[in-house]
Parts: sequence; C-alpha cells; structure tokens
Amino acid sequence: MANTDKQVNELIKREYEHGFVTEIEAETFEPGLNEDIIGRLSAIKKEPQFMLDWRLKAYRRWLEMDEPNWAHVGYPKIDYNAISYYSAPKRKEDMPQSLDDVDPELLKTYEKLGIPLHEREKLAGVAVDAVFDSVSVATTFKEPLAKAGVIFCSISEAIQDYPELVQKYLGSVVPAGDNFFAGLNSAVFSDGTFVYVPKGVRCPMELSTYFRINAANTGQFERTLIIADEGSYVSYLEGCTAPMRDENQLHAAVVELVALDDAQIKYSTVQNWYPGDENGKGGIFNFVTKRGACIGKNSKISWTQVETGSAVTWKYPSCVLRGENSVGEFYSVALTNNYQQADTGTKMVHLGKNTSSTIISKGISAGRSSNAYRGLVKFGPGAEGARNFTQCDSLLIGDQCAAHTFPYIESKNKGAIVEHEATTSKVSDEQMFLCRQRGIDPEQAVSMIVNGFCKEVFKELPMEFAVEAGKLLEVSLEGSVG
Amino acid sequence: MLSIRNLHAAVDGKEILKGIDLEIKPGEVHAIMGPNGSGKSTLSAVLAGNEAYEVTEGEVLLDGENLLDKETEERARDGIFLAFQYPVEIPGVSNLQFLRTAVNAMRVHRGLEELSAVDFMKLAKETTKQVDLDPAFLKRGVNEGFSGGEKKRNEILQALLLEPRLAILDETDSGLDIDALKVVADGVNALRSPERAVLMVTHYQRLLNHIVPDYVHVLAGGKIVKSGGRELALELEERGYGWLGIKDSDEVEAG
Repeated sequence: MANTDKQVNELIKREYEHGFVTEIEAETFEPGLNEDIIGRLSAIKKEPQFMLDWRLKAYRRWLEMDEPNWAHVGYPKIDYNAISYYSAPKRKEDMPQSLDDVDPELLKTYEKLGIPLHEREKLAGVAVDAVFDSVSVATTFKEPLAKAGVIFCSISEAIQDYPELVQKYLGSVVPAGDNFFAGLNSAVFSDGTFVYVPKGVRCPMELSTYFRINAANTGQFERTLIIADEGSYVSYLEGCTAPMRDENQLHAAVVELVALDDAQIKYSTVQNWYPGDENGKGGIFNFVTKRGACIGKNSKISWTQVETGSAVTWKYPSCVLRGENSVGEFYSVALTNNYQQADTGTKMVHLGKNTSSTIISKGISAGRSSNAYRGLVKFGPGAEGARNFTQCDSLLIGDQCAAHTFPYIESKNKGAIVEHEATTSKVSDEQMFLCRQRGIDPEQAVSMIVNGFCKEVFKELPMEFAVEAGKLLEVSLEGSVG
Repeated sequence: MLSIRNLHAAVDGKEILKGIDLEIKPGEVHAIMGPNGSGKSTLSAVLAGNEAYEVTEGEVLLDGENLLDKETEERARDGIFLAFQYPVEIPGVSNLQFLRTAVNAMRVHRGLEELSAVDFMKLAKETTKQVDLDPAFLKRGVNEGFSGGEKKRNEILQALLLEPRLAILDETDSGLDIDALKVVADGVNALRSPERAVLMVTHYQRLLNHIVPDYVHVLAGGKIVKSGGRELALELEERGYGWLGIKDSDEVEAG
C-alpha cells in the first residue's frame, strides 16, 4: 500500500545524534602507510621488539593480499595511503595515571555519549575502557578487577606489562594472513582492549569498551584480545560512535577471543557508527574480523550484536569449536536504513566432538538499504555428533530495500546435524492497520513490530544494553513511518 | 452518532460502494447482511480508515465531525473500533504489550492517566475471563498461533478493553462453532450500552439469534436495498436473498 511506503520514507529521516566533533589537540601522523610509519607507531607506543617484528611481518604479507570483493556491498576504492594511521589526543604525560589526568574535553565527549568515565557516576557497575581515535584514554574499575585477578587494560599496556600473554595469544585466533583487513589491522593497530580472566574466576562485573572515532581522515584499527582461562566467565560489551563527516572513514578492527576448558565468554556489541547521511554521503566503513576459539572442552563463546550504524558493514563474528562439547552462539540484529549496506553473519567451524552451535540472525532493511546475511557452518572430520541450528529472518520495511541470505554448509562428517530455517517478511499493511485501528501511532507501531521481530536476540543482551538496543532501533527507524 | 451519506468507495479503481445512506444512534445495534461481494466488508474497512480503499463520493459524520478527514488512529481514538474478520499476527509482540499500548493511547486521548503495567495486567486478566480466554494468552504474540475462534475472542477482548463508541464487527461469526459463537455474542452483549452503538456485518442470520439487532439492512451491489427490523433477518434466512431480486454470487468479496 502506497501509504505505508510514504510513512516508511518519513520515518527513515532521522538525524544521527552522536555526530558532534570534539575540538582537541591531537598528535596525528601524516597520511600514508609504509614500514617507517609502522616503526614510528611502534616506537611511540614503546613496544618491545617482538611486536615491531610482528607488525612488519604482517605488513609485508598484507602488501601481497587483495581486498576481498565477494561481499554483497559496493563502495569506492579505498586509498590506503590517504589515511592517517595514528591520531591521539596530546597529553601532558605519556599515559594518564588516573581519570584526573584525562583531558576534560575528552571526559565531556564521553559524557555527551552517555558514558560517564568517573567511577562515582558508574554505569550500573560496568567497567569501561574508552578508546578515542587511536588510543585508550581511560579504563575504569581497574582496582576492584585487579583484586579478583582480572586484567582489564588497553592492549598497549598489555603489550608492555603482560608480553608473555600477548605473545602467546595475539594472532592465535585471527592470524595476520587471515584476510586483507585483518592483515592491515595487524600491521597498524593502535590500541584496543585486553582482558584476561584467570582460572576459576567469574568476572565480578560487566566489562565494556566504548570506541569513538573523532579525528578526520584517520582510520581506527583497534585490537581486542580476551582470554578466559579454565573455568572462568566474562561478559564483555562494546559500543561505537563517530562524528558526522562527509568523507568515509575506515574502521578495521580485529577481535580475538580465547576460551579454555569450561570457560565462557559472552561478547555483546551495540554498533552505532555514523551511517552516512540520507543520501548515502559519508559514514564509516566497518570492516571487522571477530573470531573466538573454543580451545578447551565444554567451553562456550556467545556473540550478540546489534548493528545499526556504519555506511558499509563487513563483519562475521565466528567461533572455532575445537574443544569437545564446546558451544558457539551468534545472535544478531542488523538494521540498515537509507543507503546503508551490511554483509554480516557468522562462521561456526566445528572441529571437536559433540560441539554445537546456534545462529539466530534478524536482518531489518528500510529505505534503500541492502542487508545480507552470510553464514558458514562447517564440520570437520572429527566433529562427531556435532550439530548446528540456524535461523535467519529478514524483515523489510518499505519496498525499496533488499534482503539477501547466503548460507553455506560444508560437512566432512556424516554424523553432523544441521537445521536451517529462513524467513522473509514485511511490516505488512495489515499489521500497521491493526495497530493504528487500535489507536497506536504509526511510529510506535513500527517500533513495536520491529522490536517484536528482534525479541529472541534482545533477550540475550545484558539488561542495560537491551534497553539501549531497543531505543537505538527506535531512533534508527524514526522517520520510516509518518 | 454516525451519519453515512451517499458513500461511494472504490478499491483498485473498481467501485464497490455505490451510495450508502445510514444513520446510527447511540444505543442501537445495526446488522448489515448481504451476499458475498455486496460490499459489506468494504463498508467496515472504509469506516475504520483502511487506506487500501478510496472514498470517491459522499460523507461520513461522527458526532457531526467529518470522519473521513481523520487518520485511522484518530478515528480509533474517537471511538471507532473494528473487529477484524481475519486478525493479523504480530510475531514477538506480546498481546499484553500490544493491548496496553493501545489502551494507553486511548486513555491519553481521553485525558486519563496511563495505566501502569501492574494495573493493566489486573484489568486485562479480568477481561480475558469475560471472553473465556486463558490469561496465558496475554503473554503470547498478538494472534500468533491462535486458532480462528481464539482470534475472534481476542478481538472482542480488545473491544471490551478499548470501550469504543461504535464497535464494527466484520463477520465476527464466521468460522466459529456454536460455543465460541455464544462466548463472542456474550462479549458483544456486554458491550451494549445506551451510549454505545454496534454495527454487525454478517452473511448469516445465526449471530442475530444471540445479538438481537434493532435494525437489519440488506446490502447488495454496493447499496442498501432493504431495511427493516429483526424480522427481516428471519425472512432472509427462510427465503434467501432471491426474493429481493439479489443473486447470492459465490464470487470472492472484494473487501
């Protein structure tokens, strides 16, 4: 019905609310990428030799790699020499010793984003690592975490303070040669978060990182490494925003998770990078490699993501299920609007016996956007008794958007069990008419229908994130009904 | 309360209603009967504001105000309620959340305070009993996996909660067994009050045994061809539509 489309078009028009720029003195490298730049980056971070060697090796490998072009997205060619690979707020000292040393402008930025870094204004007991452009600016609750034996710090600190852990696990899940963007990240990653939860420890609070891209013409290449030792548990959240700029900006992160015997990692993302304007100008290119390795028996890694931002998203949080009885989960809501493009999904690689995985993907397309689910479920020869359940649902709002599903299944084991369900539906005129006939505003009706569609995923999010995610969907959809 | 004057309406360019005149006063119950394809469902949809239908001529006044100028949700808040013939599912949205959102939208419009989740739960639970639904239905998705009869009872549940001024029942009796029909009829009878009117659209007379109308109108070819009292329905049951010179065609109704 033409009218729903009109309503949809109006709801789609909505301003991005995190689009401000922070005026801050920054030290920024001139654009360009070469071995000298990598050397300077490593030096500025006072990295040990092994790290520099690792970066250079990754860089040389990357030079020989091709940018992937199989994803269902289109974007102009990126000039990797036009990007600055390091931008950091200038600080009086090398590292802020406490929050008092952090530039008040920065603190204000995070407050504006709704993330108070002052521990006295603690965010419902969530410890936060704030990454601003290329560096981690503050990590809260370090002490109570240290008491529990949990290491939660920036990856730059970890490289200096826990080199043996870093050396052992960095690149163990996502090797530098894994793919083009992971290779680039390995060469030039500037900061990120490091978490180590020791044996038998249940991390006493949610850990979270907020990523903020501020500077123009810089890329953000963060690296996150989370290690859950035997019998431990950790829940980690990440949130992302960026200013509104007309130029596209590159975000190429790598996240590696390692779960040893009986360990559990729950990783939740609410991604709200600037998506570009309503004509598709500007926005973040979000090319991210996220992978978890269930090395130990009975280990479990669970990815939950709510993706509403970015101009182009290329992201497949995956699980390698090596340990016997290990479990991988992927719960995803990806919403695209205007001219956004998303090619996202997961890989579940079953190597161990009796491993199991669950994939629940909810794609919502509005405007002229394109939303693709791409998933691979693979069973190795040793994956006796392994099983997977996949459910991919697409919801279309309006008639100018597209949804695609690309499920791949590879099995080298006859005993493996795969179940796959997929649906595509529209916010129908009948549903809208029912809601409106009961006196409900069209905006509220769409938001209610979309939230209902995502319910299975939202219930996997930690409470405070679930509320945020619901609101974020509402905001992202505003204007898509009149 | 409701005045329909020379109402013409079309869907996909095809005229279905060809000049309807009808006056409904508070407290009255009107039944619209007619063969398939006569425009019964179109009339209900047009009154409720379904945008798939285009009004090409005529006017409809609710309490003297032009109803056709108003958006669907405004009409609903002014008290027009449509019980759907085929209620649609909204997966994942609980009936409770849906009903509370609707009831509170009405309350805000009427200048009343919104009901809290707890207060609404109490009210909703009591009302489910009235239509013989298990309160567990409140937690399920809107119409999700409901049987035909459950969907119809859910419609009446909504009418009872939303307290409309004019309840339009579109073939609410279709697909109901006799027990379910009685439950639905009891619900509708509970709605009857001196301030409230009911417009029933039905193909069969049997519903009218349970909800006794004040007026019966026969719709054919997009026009009301005969009006009368309760006895008209009985006569139709006995003699069919043929004696009025109407063919009871089997063609699928456009509405």
